[in-house]
Parts: sequence; C-alpha cells; structure tokens
Amino acid sequence: MDAILLQVLNGLDKGAAYALIALGLTLIFGTLGVVNFAHGALFMLGAFCAVTINRALTLEKVALSETQTTAWGTPLEIRTPYAQEWFGDFGLTIIDYSVPLSILIAIPFMLLVGIAMERGLVRFFYKRPHAEQILVTFGLAIVLQEIVKAIYGANPIQQDAPSIVQGAADIGALFGDPGALVYPWWRIVYLIFSGVVIAAVFAFLQFTTFGMVVRAGMADRETVGLLGINIDRRFTIVFGIAAVVAGLAGVMYTPILPPDYHIGMDFLVLSFVVVVVGGMGSLPGAVAAGFLLGVLQSFASMTAVRDILSKVGIVGLDQIIIYLVAIVVLLVRPRGLMGRKGVME
Amino acid sequence: MGGFKSKIDRRTLLKGTAAMGAAAFASPYFFTKGASAYVNEPTGSSVTFGFNVPQTGAYADEGADELRAYQLAVEHLNGEGDGGLLNTFSSKELKGSGVLGKKVEFTTGDTQTKSDAARASAKRMIEKDGAIMITGGSSSGVAIAVQSLCQEAGVIFMAGLTHSNDTTGKDRRRNGFRHFFNTEMSGAALGPVMEANYGNDRKAYHLTADYTWGWSQEGSIKKYSEAIGWETVNAVRTPLGAGDFSQYITPVLNSGADVLILNHYGKDMVNSLTQAVQFGLRDKQVNGKNFEIVVPLYSRLMAQGAGENVKGIFGSTNWHWSLQDEGSQAFVKSFGAKYGFPPSQAAHTCYVQALLYADAAQRAGSFNPCAIVEALEGFEFDGMGNGPTLYRADDHQCFKKVLVVKGNENPTSQFDLLEVVQEVPAEKVTYDPTGDEFAGDLGACNAG
Repeated sequence: MDAILLQVLNGLDKGAAYALIALGLTLIFGTLGVVNFAHGALFMLGAFCAVTINRALTLEKVALSETQTTAWGTPLEIRTPYAQEWFGDFGLTIIDYSVPLSILIAIPFMLLVGIAMERGLVRFFYKRPHAEQILVTFGLAIVLQEIVKAIYGANPIQQDAPSIVQGAADIGALFGDPGALVYPWWRIVYLIFSGVVIAAVFAFLQFTTFGMVVRAGMADRETVGLLGINIDRRFTIVFGIAAVVAGLAGVMYTPILPPDYHIGMDFLVLSFVVVVVGGMGSLPGAVAAGFLLGVLQSFASMTAVRDILSKVGIVGLDQIIIYLVAIVVLLVRPRGLMGRKGVME
Repeated sequence: MGGFKSKIDRRTLLKGTAAMGAAAFASPYFFTKGASAYVNEPTGSSVTFGFNVPQTGAYADEGADELRAYQLAVEHLNGEGDGGLLNTFSSKELKGSGVLGKKVEFTTGDTQTKSDAARASAKRMIEKDGAIMITGGSSSGVAIAVQSLCQEAGVIFMAGLTHSNDTTGKDRRRNGFRHFFNTEMSGAALGPVMEANYGNDRKAYHLTADYTWGWSQEGSIKKYSEAIGWETVNAVRTPLGAGDFSQYITPVLNSGADVLILNHYGKDMVNSLTQAVQFGLRDKQVNGKNFEIVVPLYSRLMAQGAGENVKGIFGSTNWHWSLQDEGSQAFVKSFGAKYGFPPSQAAHTCYVQALLYADAAQRAGSFNPCAIVEALEGFEFDGMGNGPTLYRADDHQCFKKVLVVKGNENPTSQFDLLEVVQEVPAEKVTYDPTGDEFAGDLGACNAG
C-alpha cells in the first residue's frame, strides 16, 4: 500500500512537470497554431535564470592567502561571497533562497523572451506549413542551447533547494507509521507550485476579459478580428505567458535535476507526446494527460509490476510505456483524450 | 621472338595473371600507396598526432580537459614548458626534442560521444590530416568503435577514458592500447573496502545504465559484492540519459535493500545520486543498518555537479590530483600553472597515453605501428602517477594501482571533492586475460 501511494505521489510529481510544459505548448498551438519546438529551450532558459541568479548572489571576493599555496605553487585563493561580506547572515539566507527568489527575475525575463521570440521570428511563419515552423523553432532551440553551453559549459550545475525544504518529509508519520512513506520536501513544493501555476493560467483565461478575448480568438480568430479587437497583440502576450510558464517550470525544477544545456530537449519529446495524448489545442487535456502519463510511467517501474511483466516475458516496459499508451490512445481516440474537432485535421 | 611467344600459352598466362593479382592483393600498403612503409609515414620535419575527443555533447567539458592535457603533452615533447612527466618518467628516451627528431604537431576531431561521428572524425584525421596515431575519447562505445577503425586503417589507437572490460577484453585489437582501468579492477578494488566499511551482511540494489559500460560495471560489482557475502536484491536497467530517476529510486525504498549501487557515469550519475539523496536514502535505516550508496566509477568533473551529495560516498577512480607521488605532483604543477586548476583523471590518462606512444616510437626507432606494438607490449614503467605499471602484452591493458576514493566530508577548495581512501596495488586487481568475461583475440598488427 505504501509502495502504491509512493508511486502515485511520484507519478503526480513527474506529471506536474510534463503538464506545465505541455500547458505552454498547447497555449501557443491553440492561439497561434504554431508547433513550437523551442518550448523545451524556454524551460532550459528558465532553469538557467536560476543558475544565473545563484551565480550573481554567490559572486565571491577573492583574496590570496599569504601562507598557503595550491598544489601547482600559486597562492591559495580564499573566497567569500560578497552577499555574506556585506549583509552577514542575511546574505547567506538570500543565497539559501536563490531558487525561489529567481522566480521574481524569471517572470519578466521569460515574458520578454517569449514576446521577442514571437515578434522577432515565429510570426513570420504563421502562414507557412507546420513542417517549416518545426524546423525554424527546432533550429532556434539548438542556437539557444549552444549559447548556454558556451557560457555555462556542458556539465550539469547543482542548485540547492532552501535548507528548510531539503531532505525528505516523513509523510507516514502523519498517519502513525513513521518511515513507511517518505518523499522529498522539494518535490512536494514542486507539485503544489505546479498546481498553483496551472490554476492561475486557467483562472486568467476563464475569469478575465483578456482571457475571454483570447478564448474567443482561439475559437474563431477572424470574427474576433472583425469586431475590431487586435487579437494579434493579445496572442503575442499569450506567447509570452506560455514562455513564463515553461520558464517557471524550469526554475523550480533545478533542485530536482541539476540543469545542463540539454535539459529542455529531454523534456520536449515527452511533452509533445503529452500534448498529442491530451488532444491538440486542449488545455485541460494537456494537464490531464501530463498527470496520467506521469503516474503510468511511475507504476510501470514498480518492482511488483516489473516482476509480473518479466514472468510473461516483458522487460523494460517502463522505458516505453508512455509511447505505448500514446499509440493506444491515438488508435482508440484519434483526436486524443480531449481533442476538439477540426484541430490539426 | 617466335620461340618466346610460343612458350606463353593461355594456361601460363592465366596462372601468371592470377599470381600477380594475388601478389597485389597480399602486398603491403607501400606497393600500392606510394613508397611509404606504413600509413602516414612522416617524411618531413614533423609528425602529426590525432586527438579525437568530445568537443560537443554531454562530455564536452571532459573532452576540453583531455585536449588541454594533449596540448601540454605536445609542448613537453617539443621541449617547451617545464617538461612535466618527462622528468619523472622511468624511460629516459625522450629528451624534449620531439619524437625521432621530428617536431610533434597535432590535429583534433570531435567524437560527439557518438560512435559514428567518432569514427568519421578519426578517419578524416588519418586520411586528410595525415595523423600517425589516434588517441582520446570519453566513452567505451566510442573507444571500441574507433579502436576497430584504427586496426583496419593501420594506425595505433591509444584509448582515452574508457572503463568497460570489453575495450581490452572481447573487443581488444593489436593496434589498440588502454592506460585507463576497467570495471573488473573497480570491483576488485572496491570489494574489500565495502566489506571493511559495511560488513558482510548486506543487501544490494543496482541501478544500471542500459549500455555496454553499465552492464560491465554491474557484472563486476555483483561478482565482488557477492563474493563478500552480499545479496543482490534487484538490478534495474535505466535508459541512458533518463534525467529524472525518481521512478527507479522509489522502488528501492521498500525493497529491503540497504545498499544502492549506482552503475551510472557522467550526467546520469549526477542525477541519480542527487535524487537518491533527496529521497532520504542516506538518512534511512534498513535491517538495523545505515543505508549506504556506492558509485563504482567517480569522475571529479561530474562530482562537481552533484555538489554536497557526494560526501562520504565510496567509489573508484584511475587517478586523482591530490596524490603525493613525484609523478602526480609534477603533472599537477605543470597543468595547474598553465590552466589555473588541477587536471581531471581523463586529462591524466590522455597525457600519459600521448607520452607513452611517443616514448614507444623513440625506443622502437620508428613510427611503424608494428614496431610501436612491439615496444609497448610488456613494457614496464614508473613515474607517471600510478606507481609501477605494466602494459600487458596479452590484452594491451595497463596494470597499476587503482584508487578507492570517498566524497570529501570537509573540502578545502572547489576542486577538493574526493579523498583518496586506499591505493590498491596492481597485483590485487590483476586478472586472467583468458577468463570467460575477458577472452578476446588481438589479431595481427596492421601497418596499413
């Protein structure tokens, strides 16, 4: 029972990351009709916002030791972060909270990146075939990756969660069975954070005038335009919001997975599967499929499941379960779980 | 004339043609490709080495460090800089005046850590740039692929970082040589240390990268951990570059295992270790014992990515910059003075391989691959940072000390991540080259 609960939690957690990226992808596809292969790169840029903020906060004052030398004979460098030098313990607390603090910088930065990307490149491809949109956005993703690699190198860069939420929570203790169910604190934070972001995006689209116009535009862009509304401008902002969602997903994911320049690509393929399973252009579909596939992937790795499968001669199902489910869903429901008629058809 | 003509009948002509064809087929490269005795025989005042390292992709940083080491080796061979390990190397043939009187130059290729790309870049360096030998790399899959290409092309391959048994086991080649250690040696070195620290009654759970190196590493650690009485609870294969390993770590929590062996390298190691620690494995008590994690192959460059999580975790490594022997100190001094930070184990093995090749050529008096093979087979040397070392003739594997290391609890600098716990002598990690897991055929040397 504990093992099942653990896998459910883990599946939801994995699903949260898929759902956040797929949500942004679907927003862009639903509004602008663009298949954005650079979306993974936006996730990666978000992650590197956290890295950059951390680097800025941990900028160090370098003093050369008069007594100690390095193994190669130069004076040993004694490094102290400026934040600590200037603000003492408060400086160390700021460094400790660098990942959540990065959100404050990541929101405006990603909004600008999104808008610049849409205005500077993507808009020229609206009327071009999907294959060309894929090529140009994929090319952009590679350029962004290489820029990040040139600056930060190819190795993963560890980012720590604030010390208060490091380690694992003993959830079992709440139910009188200590040690039976433990789960990392930061992953719980990530799950809650994802829920909040997803709810905020839906609320924004559902309960604001801006959101109403966007939804109307998604349903019938031409008519909304005929009403004298500048729908293009609003869609540009939606692109920016999608970039912010991907970026925030990236910022908060850094303590779970030390980011490197390739982190976005690792997520991109899975996120497209999520979007297709959920139904192209369906926001609730993307979220539901994200969580569904996350949970399924997690269950396929359970020891009990693996044992049963290996008895019937199936091994390594956990590595392909997502794609297998995608095939089954598309065979049974060609438009995906919640796909609308006429989208991508 | 008429008499001469009459002596050549149709049958004789056919025989003659067949004989000439056979001779042309069997003749060495020099009959068919100009006057060279072997591939890319240097004719001018310089000789070109081919450095095939990952310059892009996930191992680009490791590749960059390899390239730094090679550049340093070339400087030292040509008499620039402080001479580095040439001063401590037991063979005194190299005098800093190039190799066989020729200045050493180099060309580089990008393996991208992909077998096909690595073969293409090695081929380009041999055919277009005239590389006399190929060296470098950061993956066993790549090393095995490039080694077989070099065998076919008739040049020497001095492997870089490759840890799978197969490189000098079932896939060994006469033209290929490996200085780096392998998974068998890691297992042999770690076994007694695991026994001394964690006892004989342990239950191990393996997470293994699903490719040639991972299988090799899992097999070796299983062999040596079961020999000290440990039980293997489960061994789960994980896809290379899985990213999030949580779905593989959660089953460990309730498996009854009290040790997790991470047969992962590079980015996979950083991710799986970080996540295992996040899941509280290191704070866990199972079967009345502290839960432990073991990382059989450490890389300092990658350990930086895992940060604090490596503290107190055992693993093995080929070489570490904190070693205090004369050779290691000389290398760290040269490298640190030039680049401002200490070299990685990848840099060390590549530097040493370049020098060993040059020394073999100098001793052989020729760059002919077959002469180099003869000079390296059974060659014993010292002063290169790993103590007395033998290049075993049977499989072209170096036998030397293996380091058991532990994540440093109190690092004094950003480079001071690993602490050397034990230097396991060569005789403890030497194995039979004809054993089932290692048997292979070197074949004949090929000079092109």
